[in-house]
Amino acid sequence: MGSTALTAQQETRLRELVTECKDVPGALLQVLEKAQEACGYLPLEALALIADGLAIPLARVAGAAGFYPFFSGEKCGRYVIRMCRSAPCHVNGAAATLRALEDALRIKVGETTPDGRFTLQAYDCLGLCDRAPAVMVNDTVFGPVFSGDVKEFLTGFE
Amino acid sequence: MEETRLILKHVGKGDPLSFKEYAAAGGYEGLRKAVAAPEAVIEAVSASGLRGRGGAGFPVGLKWKTVRDAAADRRYVVCNAEESEPGTIKDRVILSGDPHAVIEGMAICGAAVGADRGFLCLRAGCRQARDTIEKALSEARTNGCLGKGILGSRFDFDIGIRAGAGAYACGEETGLIESLEGNRAEPRLKPPYPAFAGLWGRPTVINNVETLANIPVILRIGVDAYRKVGTEQCPGTKLFTLCGNISNPGVYEFPMGVRLRRLFEDVGGGCPNGKRLKGIQVGGGASGAFVTADLLDLPLDMESCAAAEIPLGTGSLMFFDEDADVIALCRLCMAFFADESCAKCTPCRYGNKRIADILGSLLSGKGREEDLEQLGKLSDYVSRNSLCRLGQVAPTPVLSALRNFRDEFVKACASQKTVTA
Repeated sequence: MGSTALTAQQETRLRELVTECKDVPGALLQVLEKAQEACGYLPLEALALIADGLAIPLARVAGAAGFYPFFSGEKCGRYVIRMCRSAPCHVNGAAATLRALEDALRIKVGETTPDGRFTLQAYDCLGLCDRAPAVMVNDTVFGPVFSGDVKEFLTGFE
Repeated sequence: MEETRLILKHVGKGDPLSFKEYAAAGGYEGLRKAVAAPEAVIEAVSASGLRGRGGAGFPVGLKWKTVRDAAADRRYVVCNAEESEPGTIKDRVILSGDPHAVIEGMAICGAAVGADRGFLCLRAGCRQARDTIEKALSEARTNGCLGKGILGSRFDFDIGIRAGAGAYACGEETGLIESLEGNRAEPRLKPPYPAFAGLWGRPTVINNVETLANIPVILRIGVDAYRKVGTEQCPGTKLFTLCGNISNPGVYEFPMGVRLRRLFEDVGGGCPNGKRLKGIQVGGGASGAFVTADLLDLPLDMESCAAAEIPLGTGSLMFFDEDADVIALCRLCMAFFADESCAKCTPCRYGNKRIADILGSLLSGKGREEDLEQLGKLSDYVSRNSLCRLGQVAPTPVLSALRNFRDEFVKACASQKTVTA
């Protein structure tokens, strides 16, 4: 978990969220999703505020946040690159594309570039088996992206 | 070879969001019939022989009847669109290409079982699909097909979208319920089945996207016409996801019982670059069975597949050519299950990880002959003892590969060379 305090604006947004959802049964995951949208990730301070606001134990909130891969406890780059590593992409050269991405960005999977621009993640199936090897950057999907395409591909996110 | 498009009829044609276009092609006719005579719906669905398309193949009419007959103050309809196994994308194609079909299917189900609330549970990262469906839902409301007093009747029904957060365990029906209730998606012990005690303890129908998209078709064309497609035991069509080393990857719709060879040669166009087909992973995706190219004449319907001990699953067909390493593919599948295990039960939590580790040591040339026996035993143990279906099917790729590609495993033990493919 990060330790950066929330900005005043983020804190206001989170308080709005928990007030809206306080009486909605099962709203925790939706609150977490919107909180991540507001903060970019889910720092411990955000989880504590949500736990307090929804009157749910912090352990349960953190347990749910930690369970789902979509939620991140770490600050990510402006562009989150998710590279599919599942079998349909693998047989179409996904491992080579991933290596080319690591080389071009000079980081390993799971890391963020020092300038805070890119985070590189390996992902289990992006649901784009018809475009293998597939890559997702934030909410936009790309494919096929072969190792030879990587340099040019990255220039799109300067 | 021509497709038989019952489910994909509107996909790729016109504006998928347009209520007008969908209604002009006979859309929401089934819902009109359902609100006029809700008791006839379950009869029709049972007579159609429709079985769940999410992998388990449970008779849909029986599931609905159980929910309708269960005593309760409230019932729910849940559409499982948490399709997140590698190698299957059919539900995404239906939902983004023809969302009204799924909405109509859910509303018909609501009328039939006496539910007034439905939830459509999308997989994570489907933001585009979510906007599409949100628009389709509001069109349906404006035109009286959702909301209070549907199509002038006394039946109320509405649908809310819930976006998942990327956990494979949500694909299991009780895991999905846990996530709808705001918890970790850890599957529950069954019984009680969701049909008796599901979401917030109420009787709940949970159906896959493709299953629900079949419902309006059955009511529109009638049971007799529907049963003319597919096989006697397994009527209707099936959506197949063709992926891997195949020239024309994508989602295609064919009658149940279509031969695998037709899909590989005529539809898929064979392996690219003139490569030879080595094998196919058939089933749900990562949980599918690895079979050799000798099996190309297998008819793809639930009965024929079950007889050959191959799961038809969600209809995922991952083709791989002569360059692919079966052990490396197995390891990828098992790494997926090790990562995605919800960790509630021990066989799945540790077993799948250990299986992946053994496969990793085979790949790095450190394999020993006794590893193969251990691999078989452990896989068998995990599939027999895991709490939920996801854990039970996880070792299928390894068990099938050990049967059908045994030579490669033996060779890997003998060789000291690292395989990088």
